[in-house]
Amino acid sequence: MSALPEFLGTKNGQRATVGGVLLVAALFPLAFDSLATQLDVAIFVLAYVMMALGLNIVVGFAGLLDLGYVAFYAIGAYTIGWLASDHFTGVGGDEGIHVAASNFVSSIPGIHLNFFLVLIAAMIIAAVLGAFIGLPTLRLRGDYIAIVTLAFGEIIGRIALNGDEITFGDYQLTNGQQAISPVDQPYLPGADYEFDSAFNLRPYYWAGLILLCFTLFVNFRLRDSRLGRAWIALREDEVAAASMGVPLVRTKLLAYAAGAALGGIAGGFLGSYNNAINSNQFQFSFSIFVLAMVILGGMGSIWGVTAGAVALAVIDRYLIPEVLDDLPSSFGLDFQLTQLSFGIFGFLLVLIMVLRPEGLFPERRRKIELTEGVGTDESVFEVKA
Amino acid sequence: MNAPTVPWSQRPAVVGVRAFFGRFGLVLTLLVLPVVYGIQDLSEDGDLSRLGNNLMDGLSNGAIWALIALGYTLVYGIIELINFAHGEVFMIGSFVAASFWGTLGLTLTTGLPGLVIGLLATLIVAMLTCASLNVMIERVAYRPLRNAPKLAPLITAVGFSFILQNVGILWRGGSQQGVDNLIRQEEEVFQLVGVIISRGDLLAIGVTVPLVFVVTSFIARSRLGKAMRATAQDPEAARLMGINVDQTISLTFLLGGLLAGAAGLVYALYQTNVWFFQGFTAGLIAFTAAVMGGIGNLRGAVLGGLIIGCIQQISDNRIGGEWTPVIVFGYLILIMTFRPRGLLGEQTREAG
Repeated sequence: MSALPEFLGTKNGQRATVGGVLLVAALFPLAFDSLATQLDVAIFVLAYVMMALGLNIVVGFAGLLDLGYVAFYAIGAYTIGWLASDHFTGVGGDEGIHVAASNFVSSIPGIHLNFFLVLIAAMIIAAVLGAFIGLPTLRLRGDYIAIVTLAFGEIIGRIALNGDEITFGDYQLTNGQQAISPVDQPYLPGADYEFDSAFNLRPYYWAGLILLCFTLFVNFRLRDSRLGRAWIALREDEVAAASMGVPLVRTKLLAYAAGAALGGIAGGFLGSYNNAINSNQFQFSFSIFVLAMVILGGMGSIWGVTAGAVALAVIDRYLIPEVLDDLPSSFGLDFQLTQLSFGIFGFLLVLIMVLRPEGLFPERRRKIELTEGVGTDESVFEVKA
Repeated sequence: MNAPTVPWSQRPAVVGVRAFFGRFGLVLTLLVLPVVYGIQDLSEDGDLSRLGNNLMDGLSNGAIWALIALGYTLVYGIIELINFAHGEVFMIGSFVAASFWGTLGLTLTTGLPGLVIGLLATLIVAMLTCASLNVMIERVAYRPLRNAPKLAPLITAVGFSFILQNVGILWRGGSQQGVDNLIRQEEEVFQLVGVIISRGDLLAIGVTVPLVFVVTSFIARSRLGKAMRATAQDPEAARLMGINVDQTISLTFLLGGLLAGAAGLVYALYQTNVWFFQGFTAGLIAFTAAVMGGIGNLRGAVLGGLIIGCIQQISDNRIGGEWTPVIVFGYLILIMTFRPRGLLGEQTREAG
């Protein structure tokens, strides 16, 4: 018995654990009906984990508190809405523009790029936007960065909401609360296979799992790269990092861009799965929801953030609405638990920050910073020169 | 900042332009909206009274933002924390006020003496509730993190803001809720060159001006105010001088809460509706005001509140209320990026 924990500690043991988890994750949908609620929840979980891992690059690695992460979800989702739906009817004549689109979609006017092309577009657009949002924060520190990113997130949410007033030619920018819908389903041109969320959720799940593996891979490679070490140096002491030759501007902008790119991919995936891009999905509370995942798991710890995101996503999509929603009324209280979901996340944020600021599965280095006060010059009671 | 020793006329043009924008750029940017719409009004009918009315409404709205902005600026001045939950404390103040005057039985038919006494009592209750709430939040969510990295208390502040929003939802539901227009706020009292001064305007300004006066002179004159200023300047040294730093910080939150409670009552009477989300919007507007004035600077917060109120009112009236947040946040980003010390503030660490 004692050999097992020892084995799990070794490199091979860790590989085996990860492989096992992946295998279970890959086989998970076969245990359920092809339209089961559990599968629907699992697809959201995958998308949320991707977003949390993206935010983890900005908040966890580089230590830049981003309160406007929802902007990249919005950009990813709208990229799908613009480039893979009949939103721009009439562009490219009556036939529209089609690139590697399925037979069914090819008969519909508008712009229809293949899902995977759109994901790449979403990634690029989000990365550019991320760097753009990062620009004004370069000279700022700490909490001012948080507020500037929050303001950008709100501006983008507002533009999405009022986008039906912004028109160019006959086209509205976003359709506002009317939503851009329907959106093309993913299509594999080589295999001539089109996803269909009305009949089978499994392909979506597997596509999400592949995207998540890609996100995890990117996260690990970035963390262990020269750039990743630069981020950590920046987080611990900006001045020291700069004097050691870390280029501040490029390093910070790359953190924003990388985080945003992953958010864009997740947003595109989720937009396609939702089959409707509605402006009311992009609210400040969502940014905080994703931030709560990162903090719960442990800022900077990739597996921790993954676990935190899975936990919160399951709580948000499954436990609260499906299982516990009637709990208050069984105590004779007149409300549904879903009304409280964001209060619950707010409570979690406070609780974790006060009791265990390093998160549930902390990264060793970050834990030392948070609990033993490395970089105490950032703390409230600094002695000013 | 050294005063320029070279006369303007002898300096290269580029440096002159840069210095000019460095000094007056923010003022010029703030003047864009009123000037544009003033010219538009003048060219259309030669009458500036519409703009005048916008500005008047803006000032009374701005008076409410100023009260909230003072809370932000006080707290930031002393512990360098953006008290994100402050807007929600203000929202709770509105809710308490509306409920308490209902309990007192104030209705549209209440006579003047009853109304005045009732509203004064409501004001006190709202102020005290918000003050104790604010102090409680500091104890629970900020004090344990005093020595943690600066972002930790900001995160708990955001968390608390969500908790309070949910309290608001449970209390009065998720949509805007009308309250009795007790003072018939839109009724005209008098006119000044075409600008209508309503009861609501008088109320907002009549509550704000004395409160601001009392708070500023408390901080400037009293012993406790002196302790606050000392703590803001250097907490360690203040502690060595025998000042109870924890108590002083609590006092700061108490003051902020008192002002937020007053703002809550005025808001409920002025807007005649309350909802759980008002605190989030108001909080960000007021924070913009505090930053605009120069965070940590009391006069700056009041000035910023009044200016942002005018901008918001012009934007509501001319561009459309749904775009107002974009304009306000646009200003917030511009100011934080190009002039983090605001109109009246001093150089801060954030300015780099």
